[in-house]
Amino acid sequence: MTVDVTNTPAGGAVSSDPVGLAPLPPGAEAFPGQKAPVGLVSLSVGEGGKRSRRGSLALRLAVPVSIFVAWWILTVTNVIEPTTLSTPGATWDAFVQLLLHQDLIGDVGVSIRRALLGLALGAGVGLILGIIVGLYRLGEELLDSSLQMLRTVPYPALIFLFIVWFGVGEASHVLLIGLATLFPMYLNTFNGVRNVDRRVVEAARSFGVDGWQLIRRVVVPLAMPSIMTGLRFSAGISVIALVFTESIGASQGIGYLVSQANSLQQIPVLVVCIIIYALIGITADISVRILERYTMPWRRHQAVR
Amino acid sequence: MNVPTTRPAAIVLDVAKRFDDREVLAELDLTVAQGEFVALLGASGSGKTTLLRILAGLDVASSGEVLVPDVRTVVYQEPRLVASMRVWRNVVLGLPRSESTRQRAVSALREVGLEDHADEWPGTLSGGEAQRVALARALVREPQLLLLDEPFAALDALTRLRMQSLVAELCERHHPGVLLVTHDVEEAILLADRVLVLRDSKIAVDRRVELPRPRRVGGEAFDGLRDALLAELGVLAGQR
Repeated sequence: MTVDVTNTPAGGAVSSDPVGLAPLPPGAEAFPGQKAPVGLVSLSVGEGGKRSRRGSLALRLAVPVSIFVAWWILTVTNVIEPTTLSTPGATWDAFVQLLLHQDLIGDVGVSIRRALLGLALGAGVGLILGIIVGLYRLGEELLDSSLQMLRTVPYPALIFLFIVWFGVGEASHVLLIGLATLFPMYLNTFNGVRNVDRRVVEAARSFGVDGWQLIRRVVVPLAMPSIMTGLRFSAGISVIALVFTESIGASQGIGYLVSQANSLQQIPVLVVCIIIYALIGITADISVRILERYTMPWRRHQAVR
Repeated sequence: MNVPTTRPAAIVLDVAKRFDDREVLAELDLTVAQGEFVALLGASGSGKTTLLRILAGLDVASSGEVLVPDVRTVVYQEPRLVASMRVWRNVVLGLPRSESTRQRAVSALREVGLEDHADEWPGTLSGGEAQRVALARALVREPQLLLLDEPFAALDALTRLRMQSLVAELCERHHPGVLLVTHDVEEAILLADRVLVLRDSKIAVDRRVELPRPRRVGGEAFDGLRDALLAELGVLAGQR
């Protein structure tokens, strides 16, 4: 590390300027005869650290692609036997078979519809309850302990009861998914509303913003990061609840396919269903990310890494 | 008055910093000598804080050369204490823990007059106290380069005066190279051996302050220098 420091004006030039200021003489030698200053380290310089879009995408795909390749190699070479896990080829054949002869698209459509309806219901109610309980003392005293109790009831245990209460139709499926997705949304919304800066709320109140306006313009936007976290959890859980609810009392849907494949021990069909669930899951996550960009435009430029 | 030694505490050579298309710093040269107190003035958005962050290693210069000592510390505009750690733990944040660690923290707190607050939570401190803890945290490492990023800006007027003389006193005692980024011309003249003005992404003014210490606001020499610097910053003397 050799550095030329001849043009750095920090020398001992002292002047007797009456006003107390002395412009430094140009070209004053700061460190005569000293080429590499002792005890200093050189910091790295450059535009590093920024990864290109393509590089970022490659990194995101690295793990899924590796898993796929490992799956391929391990099953084709018979290290994992076909009775344990089907090969990608056999899985593809099963997929084509389902597509052409068993109305796979109809099954996926029915499942997605149930998941979305249930999610809208559960997340909607969770959002409203979370705001009420987070904002008003009365709401918390009235509702929180009951919701906390209900939260710990495992929803798969309720499938049979729901069928008895709401029949073998769509209603029981949608309601069960709604119940399962309500709590993550409720808890995160509650937490987000609680953590809204009280000083900002106070300022808004002092300017006459109150009631519904306060909730819509101040509280909900400021709690949005938590609400979006809740929505992500809820979206994930809606897919899981889908599997449970479709395993009983359904004649269509991916969960129905899974339970059929289970009883017939059709490994390739099971693998197809698992991949479909994974794709639904990633689609849900990407959708929420996109939603985050639109619901929180003020945060677009301040992602902290 | 601190007589700068000939050994440098930081060297910046031909540094540029670009954010996307915007050039914040260009062809910038600066040397801070050991024990020298340098104040950096400039309008908002002139790149003062960017330069400080480059020296701290928080941002990376786009091109050029940056040489800094191993031990360098920063005091920010806000205290930036970790709310979940007691005050003394905050002071020795990141230092290896040993039996003497607490002793070190408490003696650093004593220097800023807060040894009685060692076991409190940061949330219970006033703004000025928290900022003094941040100063203790920066000094406990015995930095060769101390970077001050508008450390007094968020304090009330009285606390600011006390804090300024505390910083002057501690810098005289520990003798680190100091880069103070500030908006306040009087503060710069009170504290610094050298005042720089950053303008058009370069150092446009580099003046040594020859006033005797301890300094106080006012007097012909002080006012002359202040008006000259304000003019450089685009504020005419008649407007104040």
